[in-house]
Amino acid sequence: MTHSTRTLSVGELSRIEGEAAMHVAVRDGLVEDVRLQIYEPPRFFEAFLRGRAHTEPPDITARICGICPVAYQMSACQAIEDACGVRVDGVLRDLRRLLYCGEWIESHALHVYMLHAPDFLGYPSAVHMARDHRAVVERGLDLKKTGNEILTAVGGRAIHPVNVRVGGFHRAPARAEIAPLRERLLRGRDAALDTVRWVSTFDFPDVHGDWELVSLRHATEYPILDGRVVSSGGVDVAVRDWESSFVESHVAHSTALHGQRPDGAHYLTGPLARYSLNFDRLPAIAQAAARAAGLGETCRNPFQSIVVRAVELLVACEEALRIVERYEPPDRPFVDVPPRAGRGHGASEAPRGTLYHRYDIDADGTVTAALIVPPTAQNQAAIEDDLRGFVAPRLHLSDEELTRQCEMAIRNHDPCISCATHFLDLVVERR
Amino acid sequence: MSAVAVPSLAVWKFSSCDGCQLTLLDCEDELLALAGRVRIAHFLEASRAVEAGPYDVSLVEGSITTPQDVERIQHVRDVSGTVVAIGACATAGGIQALRNFADAGEYTSAVYAHPEYITTLATSTPPSAHIAVDFELHGCPIDRGQLLETLGALLAGRRPRIAAHSVCVECKRRGTPCVMVAHGVPCLGPITRAGCGALCPAYARGCFGCFGPADTVNAASMRAELARRGATPEAMLRLLRTFNATAPGFREVGG
Repeated sequence: MTHSTRTLSVGELSRIEGEAAMHVAVRDGLVEDVRLQIYEPPRFFEAFLRGRAHTEPPDITARICGICPVAYQMSACQAIEDACGVRVDGVLRDLRRLLYCGEWIESHALHVYMLHAPDFLGYPSAVHMARDHRAVVERGLDLKKTGNEILTAVGGRAIHPVNVRVGGFHRAPARAEIAPLRERLLRGRDAALDTVRWVSTFDFPDVHGDWELVSLRHATEYPILDGRVVSSGGVDVAVRDWESSFVESHVAHSTALHGQRPDGAHYLTGPLARYSLNFDRLPAIAQAAARAAGLGETCRNPFQSIVVRAVELLVACEEALRIVERYEPPDRPFVDVPPRAGRGHGASEAPRGTLYHRYDIDADGTVTAALIVPPTAQNQAAIEDDLRGFVAPRLHLSDEELTRQCEMAIRNHDPCISCATHFLDLVVERR
Repeated sequence: MSAVAVPSLAVWKFSSCDGCQLTLLDCEDELLALAGRVRIAHFLEASRAVEAGPYDVSLVEGSITTPQDVERIQHVRDVSGTVVAIGACATAGGIQALRNFADAGEYTSAVYAHPEYITTLATSTPPSAHIAVDFELHGCPIDRGQLLETLGALLAGRRPRIAAHSVCVECKRRGTPCVMVAHGVPCLGPITRAGCGALCPAYARGCFGCFGPADTVNAASMRAELARRGATPEAMLRLLRTFNATAPGFREVGG
């Protein structure tokens, strides 16, 4: 009996946040197995959140991810405020949205310029790319810095901001601390427009994902901080009903908890989903730039996610600019959030997708249970589906080239493995 | 390229949030210049190009939490000239070291439907518990300025100049009124290592100790002062049990 078997294995994927490996097994010309293995060790956040005060999850859960700490802080704050029956609105909500725009700019600029673009232009890293494209890389770094300056002005520092608290902020920035961001953002907006144009010239393989797309949707805004949960498959529920539409399962073949629909179907969250479900909520300047870049009102080509991220860079610069220009400090930097026994839900749009938190607290504010569902856990099954479909028609490629392209297909989704609140350690498959 | 050897830099990740290695990429103004002074030989988050060791300098982020980590950190030591541990995870075990005070098996069952798929150690420990570490940079996350000072010093062949005094000194230097004295806000500044620039008091909140204990810590006095301000033993414990819970100096105040 003769079989031709071929195995592609990348032990340590590069240019993603966190640790993961890829495994593709091919037997007799058929793709037998595709796995994105997560070996980021478990850190047990949901376990040690029990017994903490209801004021603590924003600072604690920020430490789940150094790339998107604000996403964790915002989903946590909103979930706890929901449990306590408090709404945060007005200038405080504007400040939250501004802080979040800073994170989108920082994270998307990092991904577009330093993690993703080198794939399209054939470099192993942005530092290598800078040898031939210095001005472009400098533009990306400057844009990234714009994001970090917003984070610093509102949050105190770029990574794990200190100024966020349940109910708002510890201190409202003075007008003089926010106003200088305007010049920065005007330059940032131009850089974002240039970015959209630049990435739209890349060569994109003609692939199409038929995933169910899931994102938040807000009544008037492009979704960042809050909204209802909607999908291309007709889901339209409040955040508090998230768990009626999406479940997590601990799948034996996988090393991670997979998010899926109750019937087992996979879905995708992130820039492609946000864009395709919220094109009508894009600011005019972003709609125009997207059209000029050749995007339609929906985008299901994962390779073009780099164009969508660039459009979202523009959204975040435009939004931040709008907030900065009208900013007047609030009378009080926070609203009181007295504890009461109950359960609260919060979701926001992390740069790489919807991030859901749920907390149970008792009457004195002690957290008794926590559930955190990060975007990459939700996307993992869809990323594997993508890879499976991607590999089959490319089996004629050399191992080296196929591996490179598969890595690229994974990076399309900007997986953030550190966000793996409960990604598992790598385990040996027991067949 | 010249024949003069350019020092090589490797960045390693263990259990962590990636924030400390991101700090290197957050040096937007210095990154390309730095890349001209050192050869970034192993930095998976940033580059697909990986050179074989040995490496002149290794930055290590994260804590040791699995049996594989124990072997891998030894490998890092073996292939590295200078090992610099960066951040609270790599200097004190990080927030995931809260398991050290609990039953790790119970934690696994609480989070995972199939605990049998999980391989983890009962404790989260810093690299220094396993190998000789040449230098430690504290913070959750580390400070960008301190990282650049450290890399610059290593390139120049001198010892990095990193303060070991408390946050209180930074508050005085910054001119921030003491939040504990003026407003009765519990603050860990007196026992916490400087480095952040006394950020939290400048934002009207007490220091929550993300840089870990300063070199000389008067734990008894801190405990008495917090109690005098009305902190219950539970509140005190929570304040100390975050990112540097197992660090000597914090462990005592909490316990």
